[in-house]
Amino acid sequence: MVTSIIRRLFQALFVVLAMTVIVFIGVSVIGNPVDILINPDANQVERARVIAHYGLDEPLWKQYFIFLRGLAQGDFGDSFVYGRPALGLILERLPATLELAIAALGIAIVVGLPLGLYAGLYPSRISSRTIMTGSILGFSLPTFWVGLMLIMIFSVELGWLPTNGRGPTLEFLGGQWSFLTSDGLRHLLLPALNLALFKTSLILRLTRAGVQEVLPQDYIKFARAKGLRERRVIAVHVLKNLMIPVVTIVGLEFGSLIAFSVVTESIFAWPGMGKLIIDSINLLDRPVIVAYLMIMVLLFVVLNFVIDICYTILDPRVRLDSKA
Amino acid sequence: MTTPLLSVSNLVTEFGGEKGASGLKAVNDVSFKVERGRVLGLVGESGSGKSVTGFSVMRLLERPGRIASGQIIFDGVDLARLSNEEMRQIRGKRIAMVFQDPMMTLNPVLTIETQMVEAVRAHDQVSKTIARQRARDALGLVGIPSPEERLSSYPHQFSGGMRQRVVIAIALLHKPELIIADEPTTALDVTIQSQIISEFQKLTEESDTAVIWITHDLAIVSRLADDIAVMYAGRLVESGPVSSVLTDPKHPYTAGLIASVPSRNRRGVPLRQIPGMTPAITMLPKGCSFRTRCDRATDECLVVPPLFPQQERFVRCFHPVMKAMT
Ligand SMILES: Nc1ncnc2c1ncn2[C@@H]1O[C@H](COP(=O)(O)OP(=O)(O)OP(=O)(O)O)[C@@H](O)[C@H]1O
Ligand code: SF4
Ligand SMILES: [Mg+2]
Repeated sequence: MVTSIIRRLFQALFVVLAMTVIVFIGVSVIGNPVDILINPDANQVERARVIAHYGLDEPLWKQYFIFLRGLAQGDFGDSFVYGRPALGLILERLPATLELAIAALGIAIVVGLPLGLYAGLYPSRISSRTIMTGSILGFSLPTFWVGLMLIMIFSVELGWLPTNGRGPTLEFLGGQWSFLTSDGLRHLLLPALNLALFKTSLILRLTRAGVQEVLPQDYIKFARAKGLRERRVIAVHVLKNLMIPVVTIVGLEFGSLIAFSVVTESIFAWPGMGKLIIDSINLLDRPVIVAYLMIMVLLFVVLNFVIDICYTILDPRVRLDSKA
Repeated sequence: MTTPLLSVSNLVTEFGGEKGASGLKAVNDVSFKVERGRVLGLVGESGSGKSVTGFSVMRLLERPGRIASGQIIFDGVDLARLSNEEMRQIRGKRIAMVFQDPMMTLNPVLTIETQMVEAVRAHDQVSKTIARQRARDALGLVGIPSPEERLSSYPHQFSGGMRQRVVIAIALLHKPELIIADEPTTALDVTIQSQIISEFQKLTEESDTAVIWITHDLAIVSRLADDIAVMYAGRLVESGPVSSVLTDPKHPYTAGLIASVPSRNRRGVPLRQIPGMTPAITMLPKGCSFRTRCDRATDECLVVPPLFPQQERFVRCFHPVMKAMT
């Protein structure tokens, strides 16, 4: 177990390193920030001064090593646009995206898992078919359209919920969080629902497929043959086996929720990382883009790591293999 | 004669079809009896409906399977008419089941302890500690070394034979009156197979447990069964005491089955195969299902033969074989 954790740590480190190269080169290719940074009227001397200031006069490989050196000290450089450390800029926005993603995932699990379980256990009931049809809608309706509809119905028509922004926030663990105030929660609800829709359908269908795979297994029949109550068969024997794929997917999807919350954040003017990165790409704010991408890489690496560990806890067969 | 422990009569189990419409008859008009403490060998080719018969008795059919008609009288009660909760109280407590593949029978993500303790507590309201002790003792009884430590193992940490022992231990936890063993040794090595059969035999004899042993291995039947019931394409074609049926089969199918098994007394005689293939249950010939493969068939066989009583035996054939085949 310990050796396999260490081995995975090294693998993770290697992945992060490889990603720095890819990200760095990738960002250099998409465009020259100088054109955007510098006033078109500036003269040659002025131009050269700015280029030198941002270290853009060095060859690419040297820029890379300077970047790596900074990285080792947690320094991604200053944003070209804001003139502040890129990392701080992003971390400031992190709580907004994080609480949005967690709320969306929470909704997706709380709604998707029980509905999927129900649809899997009673596949021929009309209610199950309705659920499955609904999940197809959840899959296929475009997020931005659903977001607009939500605003139309709940904000404009009914006037129940606010249309944009985070509302009042409270400080907690060094960040500003909306979910700590009741008005903030009201602001959070619509974007979280919007973001949750697709994931709910995904978890629902995954759960149903899992149930239908587990139910015909001999060990379920044997559990019944022992005279167990149906409740225990479902809650322990079915659910415990079901958890293995569900936890894996939920973990990976959490990463993608954070990385791809851009659309929802734009529609609801939710000041999270997604909105920041879109703006930064438009302005070719290289340090922010690089810092954001690196944080995403780190996020996925950490998530995979956590999923692996959960997997080991949930599936005893894997546990033994890794011990050997 | 005392009343039998289990008496199945005219059981029909269908897949699909409901509300008047009839589905696929996987078990068609099957009747047999099991006396307390006796072993019934239920034999037949693959797909003949042996497992479905067993699951019907346990009321463990999966949709779209259902008992369409017939009675399953267990100790005076018709299991087919019980409520789900009443049936649950019998399952595992008074009738236990052992499945074919021990690799698949135990839940891979739960410890043996969890799976045994829950089985105890499904029927007896005892503390976990007591349930655990009973689980440990049961493991010891079926010959699992150091049962105390093995309780915390997961199924994949056991060999196939050991796993089947665990399954048998679970089946014996409540000292059931009847055990349905569905080919419990088919998936095991021959040597392990033999050990497990002996131990199973010993344990059930000690506790006077009745057994329905489902198999297609006539050698096993002759070794441990008192009675035999032969199924073909969902129907019972012959039944009676093992000694007389195996030495003097009346039904051409039983006779063919026996002739196709190697035997010491018939050394040198070439093995005979039953000609043709088992027909799919969806395309059974009209009349006697065995008609297309039977060398004794006549026009009379175009109607389904009833079960003719013959002394203490039953034969579903118009032209039974008359002398022992040697
Ligand atoms: N879930 C099901 N759905 C539809 N038909 C089924 C189902 N289970 C069994 N059957 C039908 O019932 C018939 C008898 O199956 P059964 O499993 O009882 O055979 P068996 O005698 O136990 O064979 P084997 O020796 O291979 O275990 C099969 O031929 C099949 O057509
Ligand atoms: S009833 Fe006819 S066809 Fe069927 S087994 Fe007997 S002789 Fe053969
Ligand atoms: Mg079978």
